Amino acid sequence: MTGDTVMSTYELALPMVPEMEIEASKTAMAIAESMRMSPDRIDEVRMAVVEACINALEHSRASDKEVFVTFEVLGGQDPEKLRITVRDTGIGFSPEEIEEPTIEEKLKSQRKRGWGLKIIRGLMDEVEIHSGPEGTTVVMSKMR
Amino acid sequence: MKGGDVLMTESLNVNVDRRDGLAVVYTEGYINNQGGEEIARVAYKLIDEGYKVLLLNLGGTKIVNSIGISILIEIIEKMIEIEGKLGFCCLTNTIEKTFHIMGLAQYAPIFPDEPTAVAQLKG
Repeated sequence: MTGDTVMSTYELALPMVPEMEIEASKTAMAIAESMRMSPDRIDEVRMAVVEACINALEHSRASDKEVFVTFEVLGGQDPEKLRITVRDTGIGFSPEEIEEPTIEEKLKSQRKRGWGLKIIRGLMDEVEIHSGPEGTTVVMSKMR
Repeated sequence: MKGGDVLMTESLNVNVDRRDGLAVVYTEGYINNQGGEEIARVAYKLIDEGYKVLLLNLGGTKIVNSIGISILIEIIEKMIEIEGKLGFCCLTNTIEKTFHIMGLAQYAPIFPDEPTAVAQLKG
């Protein structure tokens, strides 16, 4: 991550209920629009946010049943980058042990899921994943 | 949509247009797990009716998630099994990019518009 100045910060605490990811994506869209990000890049941010929230919802097993999403607008005089942090307090996982899915393997497999991280990495400019027994944090950024 | 039927889930509308030898499935709304299951239900019904060429027109869908797409992969698997054809058309740039990231386009071609898709799939 670069050392850009944080111009503004917005925080959401979302209950782990169906379609809560849509609320996070709407907030991401509003903030990205305020930065004058292009519509296609906004869509990519929205989808990455949806995937990060779904991962937390599906896999975290967090006892507080909440997902915490922080949006930071970074830049100098003008907004340059949107950094989004999606955090849960669940059981964590080892990102290095997650095999990257392929369509060939998934077509043969009973389990078709497991695409979230690949999609996030493909859509965002920078992605970091920190995970341990106290939970998982996905930090992802998109340049304006 | 003349001759089509309308089905609804909480967040996704699915319309079907049956044509000679091909069925077009139109979606409107969010393709999540429920939406994906609804599309699969419709697709399997069409397969049972004898349709082996399906076109999913996602022009009314602006957002999808990976669980929904995973269910679309099940439909692709089924189409391969019956030696049928499945294509997509009218995707947003981001959905198309996502399908390429996942590799779906190798097994289910993506077309820019419906006339092109129908011509290619029926050809």
